[in-house]
Amino acid sequence: MLTGSVFNTVPWSMILILLPLVAGMICFLLPRMAQTLGIITAFVILLSVVGLGWQLLENGVYHHVVGGWNAPLGIELHADGLSLLMLAISAMVGCAVSVYSAGYFEREVAKQFWPLWLFLWAALNALFLSADIFNLYVTLEMMGLAAVALAALTGSREALGGAMRYLLATLLGSLAYLLGVALLYHGFGSVDIATLATKVVPSPIVWAALGLIVTGLLLKTALFPLHFWLPPAHASAPAPVSALLSALVVKASFYILLRLWLEIFGPLGLEGVATLLGLLGAAAVLFGSLQALRQTRLKLLIAYSTVAQIGYLFLVFPLAANAGSIAWSAAAYLALSHALAKAAMFMAAGNLLRFGGHDRIADLDRVVQRLPLTAAAFALAGVSIMGLPPSGGFIGKWFLLEAALTQQRWDLVMVLILGGMMAAGYIFKVLGNAFTQAPVPHKSRVVPASMEWAALTLASGAVLLGFLAEPVLLLIGSGTPFGVGEAIP
Amino acid sequence: MNWDAWIPLLVVASSLIPGLIIFSLAEDQVRLRTSLNLFGAFAKIVLVGWMLWGVFYHGQHYEMRLALMPNIELVLRAGPLALLFISLSAVLWLLTTVYAIGYLEGSPHRSRFFGFFSLCVTATVGVALAGNLITFLLFYELLTLATYPLVVHRGTEESRRAGQSYLTYTIFGGALLLLGTVWLYSLAGTLEFTPQGFLSSMGEEHRPALIIIFVLLISGLGVKAALVPLHGWLPQAMVAPAPVSALLHAVAVVKAGAFGIVRVVYEVFGIDFATGLGVTGPLAWLAAFTIIYGSLRALYQDDLKRRLAYSTISQVSYITLGVAIAGPLAAVGGVVHLVHQGLMKITLFFCAGNLAETLGIHKISEMNGVGRRMPWTMAAFTVGAFGMIGAPPVAGFISKWYLGLGALEAGHDWVIIVLAGSSLLNAAYFLPILHVAWFREPPDTWPAEHDFGRKETAWALLLPPLLTAAMTLGAGLLAFLPFSPLEWAKLISVREFYQP
Repeated sequence: MLTGSVFNTVPWSMILILLPLVAGMICFLLPRMAQTLGIITAFVILLSVVGLGWQLLENGVYHHVVGGWNAPLGIELHADGLSLLMLAISAMVGCAVSVYSAGYFEREVAKQFWPLWLFLWAALNALFLSADIFNLYVTLEMMGLAAVALAALTGSREALGGAMRYLLATLLGSLAYLLGVALLYHGFGSVDIATLATKVVPSPIVWAALGLIVTGLLLKTALFPLHFWLPPAHASAPAPVSALLSALVVKASFYILLRLWLEIFGPLGLEGVATLLGLLGAAAVLFGSLQALRQTRLKLLIAYSTVAQIGYLFLVFPLAANAGSIAWSAAAYLALSHALAKAAMFMAAGNLLRFGGHDRIADLDRVVQRLPLTAAAFALAGVSIMGLPPSGGFIGKWFLLEAALTQQRWDLVMVLILGGMMAAGYIFKVLGNAFTQAPVPHKSRVVPASMEWAALTLASGAVLLGFLAEPVLLLIGSGTPFGVGEAIP
Repeated sequence: MNWDAWIPLLVVASSLIPGLIIFSLAEDQVRLRTSLNLFGAFAKIVLVGWMLWGVFYHGQHYEMRLALMPNIELVLRAGPLALLFISLSAVLWLLTTVYAIGYLEGSPHRSRFFGFFSLCVTATVGVALAGNLITFLLFYELLTLATYPLVVHRGTEESRRAGQSYLTYTIFGGALLLLGTVWLYSLAGTLEFTPQGFLSSMGEEHRPALIIIFVLLISGLGVKAALVPLHGWLPQAMVAPAPVSALLHAVAVVKAGAFGIVRVVYEVFGIDFATGLGVTGPLAWLAAFTIIYGSLRALYQDDLKRRLAYSTISQVSYITLGVAIAGPLAAVGGVVHLVHQGLMKITLFFCAGNLAETLGIHKISEMNGVGRRMPWTMAAFTVGAFGMIGAPPVAGFISKWYLGLGALEAGHDWVIIVLAGSSLLNAAYFLPILHVAWFREPPDTWPAEHDFGRKETAWALLLPPLLTAAMTLGAGLLAFLPFSPLEWAKLISVREFYQP
């Protein structure tokens, strides 16, 4: 089949890394073209992810040796279902954010936004395709720096303060991770994940490396109690940046943790660490939801909701030992639907903020009612965040509940149920505003239709995921990233 | 290609698609909106009629399956029980739509209202057609979300509070239901509604877990069915516009809960297995308590809609009671009450809405002599009230008769006392209303009178209650004709509950 062979021979993975990098540089050099080029790049990347997905389905795991240099010396690219999932999340959210940003930014800020954003995207794609822990470090650092710069984009005092804290946290996190990498390299003479997986044996050096790597990554993922930097940074950044940070950047460090856990640390049987991660996850769910309920500003509410939602991802660790693929599928599905829903939510918040000039929840009613599409986007995204059917969030929660119930982990069951109810509480705190008798409308800035539709499209995607569990799990399962058995429970 | 499989999906789509289009309409596109609403409602009735025919004469099953998760499917299946509930909702949806068009004429946010109204019906139809517990759960939660905007539609501070209380209760209920459902799935490995239930092969060691699951499921459903002590949201939700209250009480929310209880007891656990677990006895007592409690509270309400709300709490529990008594005759009584209560209660709410809209009357103390000003409306109200009391030959009598017979057959003689007591209480809170309305002198001026010329009120407001009142009478008088609710309930009992 002609199309099939064309799709198969194109080095999609290289395009995924190089295209945003080159496009980012051109945007920097030719700021006038930035916006057009950025949007075109975004859609080409989406297409490339589809191409890579095709290759995965045809050939199983994808492996590419850059420049023909093999593992110990050269750089290898590796893609399985899990990488594909993360790449696809980035591509979907990235496209929507690109369209949204075209309407959002003034010309001056746009000049700085596009190069940084494409640079961030290149880092993300490279991270998801890396096969060794040192390249993971490099991409992690690139991503962190680009993200901090983006968070500081507006240059307001609030934004600079938030970005500064973010910078310190992210540098500290990658430093800890790098130390861990150094220890592993010193101990086992390799940074290649596959090689390490065969060599690593329980020993003090592994424990030290594990501690450093996990702590560093938890800091970057903002798991409770290391979440302190997230709410100010995510809330003070411009809306499209908040969307990227919450949907993609925190997921990237989680992805590394997941990858290393699955291939290197997990097989060592670290029940204590798994329990601890689960405990922190549970605390994050409860604490984040509670804080979200208490917020009076919309963007802070959404940021704390992210803290809570990250917690869910960590509930998987203690369950995975006995439930295996079903628990990992839950994490993958939750990550996916949270990314779409949360990005949509931040974009919706951006629309409201732009229209009304403020994000005080109590006074949002007149704004919400005049932007019905945005309100709908927020509501649909909210359905997924609450984990109500039909939505991707529901499917993820169902798997997680099922795993927790079969293992009779009543504590986790309670956390899941409580978390869902609290989420409903903070989502409806906002949505309730859509139905009051709003007073006379006041002066407002027009919100371009593209910004409303970008949010609504992502939110609808999060809901549609509720019907796509089978094909999505099939894709995630290619190359069996979750070890024994397949991703389909 | 088997077209029959698509009919259940079409029934759901017949309100979903008009609803989604209506959202996008501008406020002043009244004609298009009305045509869409009516087109959807008529299409649904035709489709439902087609399925009724097929099920009755050919014993056909209309079933649609879509993969939802690995090993879990979204199942829409039109069996006899499902058809009973959708026929009710399809007919009453049409009438309520007509009523709502008249009721909301000229008020703001109508596109939003009718959009959510259609979604609400979509969810109800989905609840009816659900062929397994997860499909049921999906539409049950959709119903929660679609109803909230209707409850808070007026946008006042009071309605905001009512909406909040509604959500608090229903989200909590939904969480319990979800927990019970997942737990059940992890034990049984299936969730498919089956005659006699699918748990009879479960071993002895699962008994405690199954009892807890039963409690979780029934509590989750009991929130919407307004079982005491989970009923708190219902009287508050009265601030919603009259057509919403009518739909909430007769077809949508409250009924979805009661219908779910029927499904869980008969087709998840199976009545024999549930009796063996010893859970039906307490459920019957709870239902009986709710019946008496609701009636007692209704006695003391002066606000007409609040009195009707407490009456709903009491009346809906007849369905639960009929199910929990665990006998074929009582089951017929409970299931048929699903329809009868719907017809009677929607009549009463339509009439209450007419009084409020035409004369500004909200309280019973304002109803002096209203029968002379609005004879047709009050005639319909009277029929509904007599039905609630259970006076023959109105529909309510048939329900109570079968419940009583069923209770005797199953050896629960105490139920007769509950039924008699409740009928007395019903009479005690309905007859005074009828007395003031018909036999007192009307005042010189009404609280807020609208002028409708020589008619007593707008046609769109008057026709629906007259029709439902006629149906209430018909369901009682013609109870033994084929396709009457009673005969259909017997068919359900034979084909679905006690299928050999």
